[in-house]
Amino acid sequence: MNPQIALPILIPLLAGAVSLVFWRSRGMQRFVAVAGTGGLLATSLWLLATVSRDGILVMQMGDWPAPFGISLVADLLGTIMVVLTGIIGFAVALYSLATTGRGHEAYGYFPLMHLLLAGVAGAFLTGDIFNLYVWFEVMLVASFALLILGSEKAQMEGAIKYVTLNLLSSVIFLVAVGLLYGMVGTLNMADIARRLASLEGNGMVDVLAMMFMVAFGIKAAAFPLFFWLPASYHTPPVAVSALFAGLLTKVGVYALYRVFTLIFHHSPGYTHEILLWGAGLTMLSGVLGAAAQFEFRRILSFHIVSQIGYMILGLALFTPLAIIGGVFYIMHHIIVKTNLFLVSGIVHRLRGSYELKKLGGFYRTHPWLAVLFLIPALSLAGMPPLSGFFAKFIVIRAGIEAEAYGVTFIALLVGLLTLYSMIKIWAEVFWKATPPEGDVDPYPEVNQRELWLMTAPAIGLALCTLFIGLNAGPIHALAEASAAELLDPERYIEAVLGSGGERGMGGGGAP
Amino acid sequence: MEPLMAVAIGILFAAAIYMMLRRSIVKLVIGLMLLSNAANLLIFSTAGMVRGAPPLVAQGLTAPEGVVADPLPQALVLTAIVIAFGVLSFAVVLVRRAWEIVRADDLDRMKDTDT
Repeated sequence: MNPQIALPILIPLLAGAVSLVFWRSRGMQRFVAVAGTGGLLATSLWLLATVSRDGILVMQMGDWPAPFGISLVADLLGTIMVVLTGIIGFAVALYSLATTGRGHEAYGYFPLMHLLLAGVAGAFLTGDIFNLYVWFEVMLVASFALLILGSEKAQMEGAIKYVTLNLLSSVIFLVAVGLLYGMVGTLNMADIARRLASLEGNGMVDVLAMMFMVAFGIKAAAFPLFFWLPASYHTPPVAVSALFAGLLTKVGVYALYRVFTLIFHHSPGYTHEILLWGAGLTMLSGVLGAAAQFEFRRILSFHIVSQIGYMILGLALFTPLAIIGGVFYIMHHIIVKTNLFLVSGIVHRLRGSYELKKLGGFYRTHPWLAVLFLIPALSLAGMPPLSGFFAKFIVIRAGIEAEAYGVTFIALLVGLLTLYSMIKIWAEVFWKATPPEGDVDPYPEVNQRELWLMTAPAIGLALCTLFIGLNAGPIHALAEASAAELLDPERYIEAVLGSGGERGMGGGGAP
Repeated sequence: MEPLMAVAIGILFAAAIYMMLRRSIVKLVIGLMLLSNAANLLIFSTAGMVRGAPPLVAQGLTAPEGVVADPLPQALVLTAIVIAFGVLSFAVVLVRRAWEIVRADDLDRMKDTDT
């Protein structure tokens, strides 16, 4: 038995249930939030230790043998994503102790947060494509409710776009799953991969590949399907923004990686070429969108879009080095992006605004906060020795080696424009003089204890960034191992189905 | 039977997309409903239409004899219906709340958060 593979899903579900039981007890809900996400982080690290030692870990639900039941599969990519979910969940849980008002907590902020984490972890660990759809929906329903927490006008307007486009993507995903089942008669991803290999040259396979690409492209906010993201991510409470920014689009990216390395890897000249163009345009449109914005969280939202382009670029180039770069980029990006949103929340708490025009003078009044912003901001732009430098370096080197000079040039240009955006925030919020009293709203009152609760997770994530940057060797080795797994889908298939052909009796999961 | 289903599903998808492209948010929700029903019907029909052949295994055999209806897509449809029901009820409430707050049934008047 390997309980650690199911625990990252069960713990958030249980924590959500417990915090529903203590609906009226604010203290208990807050305690469960920290304990539950802490437990998630601990078990995910345990899972990572097991998986990096023993290889792909499989568990068959209800002990039904592989193609018939639902399998939970923890390969390195899935496990890395679960660890990142744990880190972000824990950081945001601590942060939201200070930022979530009583009103939001009374409407079930914490149970929804646990449900969202369970959905995200489930999506990373499942080995069944319909089950992936179910986890997507679990995650989406929780995110819908979190997005409109507070019911402000902007939230409603953003939520309508978010809900519509995400439902559309779910329907496309569902239809593609149905058609895939009609073609191969199985839902287990390893089994699908094995059976599709014998169907090569069937035009329907490419149609299905495109349907999955569109469905996950909407979730991942790739060009030209990203418009829901900048319309909604800056509207909810900041802890929710940070959680979404770190995890939700990356679930789409993960699904793209999973599907296009395991199932649809037979005609890369067609599918991965489209991904390549999509990646280039995603990077460019995201960063140009950010250049036009003057609101803290809107700039950051557009940068999510442009960074998604780098991750898809890693997948699209489809060389070993590119996949390493993509996985490394995901690790770096989740931590840095959440951190930037956390810092924007601290700035908002101190000055009551996200508008760059109304902010200023933070370097004079809060030098420590300026440093805290500068670490993730420069990392996002790709300055050595921070994590973003190595992530960008690997992806761009892979692009040059694959002789995809056009996209590589875009990637370099976008790096420069990212730096411009970050310097814009730095200059407006931290460097320029404080705007005269009359132009800004009165500063809100700040409770020192709450401020520390908000700062601690941001410091923790900044240390993670520094750790990835200064200790890039082991992290690179981890990304390398997971890329090797992704590029050799036989290993995944054998771990799930066993090597004994179609009716193999499961992998190492059986007790 | 299958061609008829294919045409029906096609009409449902077309109607759904037409409704979703209207400016009214109420019509948007109707479009979403049609869309999820179209998807459910499509999954239902991918298994093939088999009549009067339940997937039962006779005694002494390990697999059913002859062509039988595939039960799995029906289970999938059941799951998808439940999920779609939950999500759509959320969407209906969202549209109602949005109307209460914005006082408009027109997506063109909900552009504050656009960029």
